[in-house]
Amino acid sequence: MSGIDEFRAEVRRWLEANCPASMRTPITNEEMVWGGSRVSFQNEDQRIWFERMRDRGWFAPDWPSACGGGGLGPREQRVLEQEMLALGCRLPQYNLGIWMLGPVLLEFGTAAQKSEHLPRMARGEVRWCQGFSEPNAGSDLASLRTAAVRDGDDFVVSGQKTWTSDGDKADWMYALVRTDPQAKKQQGISFIMVDMKSPGVTVRPIELISGTSGFCEVFFDGVRVPAKNVVGDINQGWGVAKRLLEHERAAMSKFTEGGAPSLDALVVAAPYLAGGGPVWRDRMAAALMDQHAFSLTARRLQEMALAREDVAGPGSIMKLVQSEQESAKYELLQQLMGHRGLSMEGEGFTADERAVCRLWLYTKSYTIAGGASEIQLNLIARRVLGLPA
Amino acid sequence: MTLLLDDEQRMLRDSAQQFLATRSPVSALRALRDRGDERGYDPEIWREMADLGWPAAVLPAEFGGLGVGYKGLGAVFEQVGRTLAATPLLSTVVLAGGLLAEAGSASQRDLWLPKIGAGEALLALAIDEAPRHDPTQVTLRAWREAGHWRLDGQKEFVLDGHVADRLIVVARSADAPGHRNGLSLFLVDPAAAGVQIERTWLVDSRHAARVRLARVQLDDAALIGAPDLAFDALDCVLDRARACVAAELLGVITEAFGRTVSYLKERVQFDVPIGSFQALQHRAARLYVEIELLRSCLAAALEAADAGADGAAALASLAKARASDLGERTLNEAVQMHGGVGVTDVLDIGLFLKRARVLQQAFGDGTFHRDRYASLRGF
Repeated sequence: MSGIDEFRAEVRRWLEANCPASMRTPITNEEMVWGGSRVSFQNEDQRIWFERMRDRGWFAPDWPSACGGGGLGPREQRVLEQEMLALGCRLPQYNLGIWMLGPVLLEFGTAAQKSEHLPRMARGEVRWCQGFSEPNAGSDLASLRTAAVRDGDDFVVSGQKTWTSDGDKADWMYALVRTDPQAKKQQGISFIMVDMKSPGVTVRPIELISGTSGFCEVFFDGVRVPAKNVVGDINQGWGVAKRLLEHERAAMSKFTEGGAPSLDALVVAAPYLAGGGPVWRDRMAAALMDQHAFSLTARRLQEMALAREDVAGPGSIMKLVQSEQESAKYELLQQLMGHRGLSMEGEGFTADERAVCRLWLYTKSYTIAGGASEIQLNLIARRVLGLPA
Repeated sequence: MTLLLDDEQRMLRDSAQQFLATRSPVSALRALRDRGDERGYDPEIWREMADLGWPAAVLPAEFGGLGVGYKGLGAVFEQVGRTLAATPLLSTVVLAGGLLAEAGSASQRDLWLPKIGAGEALLALAIDEAPRHDPTQVTLRAWREAGHWRLDGQKEFVLDGHVADRLIVVARSADAPGHRNGLSLFLVDPAAAGVQIERTWLVDSRHAARVRLARVQLDDAALIGAPDLAFDALDCVLDRARACVAAELLGVITEAFGRTVSYLKERVQFDVPIGSFQALQHRAARLYVEIELLRSCLAAALEAADAGADGAAALASLAKARASDLGERTLNEAVQMHGGVGVTDVLDIGLFLKRARVLQQAFGDGTFHRDRYASLRGF
């Protein structure tokens, strides 16, 4: 047996011995454990699985052991992922710090930043949120105005961030702030880490049309942040953020692997399709074929990446297609359900009917967040097709 | 199992691209049309394609097959679509060759497959009767009479039927139209008594035939496979043909799209290239998205055809439906974005538009294949 085969066998043995049976079923949104100072568990199995994976260093399996990671190489990390998938193991925790900020700190961080933040992150003790968007800086992110003014060893931060996912539950935020108001757009921006307990930070949840409030507004009123918390060079934060967003796709795929909040369209539709006639049948088939085409494209991309082919072109379509398809799917299901698809919480509606109504509203954000569809189309037109600006 | 081409398939694709660029560019089709060519293809070019091994690509190994599979042949079809090359590859190789290899007797295979592989015989499949494709609706009758078979009825849209040395005719020998059961396949000599073949001129400057069979008498040797039970083999071979047509459509689409994007960069109005207008950029980007999705579906359909996989039928319908719809949309957009010159004959875009429409109808359009996909998914 080669080294990697031995490793695979060892990983499988360990997972089988240590992953509780109830942690090997598909996960729902409500069952996700989010690491952080206020981590909470719904049952003992969640806690056991969290602690065992943490102590093995497998919250961040590919980080160096010195930073609290598992010290695995890329092939070994892949084996661990494959074995977890094969056994149906849930992710023990969800953690944007590890998935998005961590790799950036490993690349750009100072020794002090690494030793302060990475080990705690790797133990799931800190929950991070992202402070990029502002009320007047959405698609045009580089026009952000939250100001950070140098004062001795600190920066004094004033301004407002918005669309901060779970900002009310986070311990720390990584944010983009303007450190040079004179410089041109992208050039005067720095990437800074802010303790959410700092005086002057106020967080307010945003209520959405779907009745949920996963996003927050975050206000900074003269918040003092040590200058040593700037990642990368001052005024060079835009490049750091771009690198961080490259990790976003990998991070988002963890959610789909864990079972995104998505309904099986055909199962849900079946009772409403019966007797619905050829037009509904045609629309349903078209929607399923769209999904099929998307999943085949995901497979093709994976194969291309393994074969070291350039995936920039086809890769550029994925966010656009997935978000539009998910949104269109709930539009179709809701219409198929007729008036029964019009209640989020009413009595006398089935769980599916209420879920479809809620998800119809919820998925409206998919084509807006993380680069609106129009921005995606701009990128394809300019970068892939080479059309002039 | 992979959606990507292997080295051999890549080489075949690259050699096809080079060959077609020099020997059969779009201007060759234009010349064929302008001289009113009655065959609808150039025998000299076809012989050269045979020398490259194309007609043998998917034949069984004992008949000199190249072993590149439908993925390899599909890569050739895509290149064929890019230059609108006129070839009897689909009718002779994929359809007739496929049916003979799949269901033919030893003597039928021994007689015809070597000729097909060498590019020395042309064959055509006569299946459609109604305006729209639907194999279960075949009504052309076949019955036993005095120790012979008799065939009576009419076929339309028989691709390459006007030049074929033999026709494979799908006939109903039992059950009513609408049933899968009761279909039989016959090898028919166009020169046989009672066979009447009429060339029809299609918009793409290639030809198809209308075939009338008036009490045509055939002996048992003409039957391909078991009587009444042809549907499964027919459907399997049709699915390969659908995937190949989708591949040719992808070639038509990508070429027309590429030419359109180039035009958007060159054409200046209001002092700027029109490709700088966001309205046009987004429409072009949306086409690119669909092309990438189609490419994945097509690769999966061809892969499944090679593997004989369970999902092959659904994947063929997926690929053909998307290719048909995208062919319509892309070519309409291509004409529109070219503006006035888009509707002139001097520009090639019109030729791509016309070919896309014929391929769209061949062996089922988007509506047919969405319906079929729904049935295959069980609703």
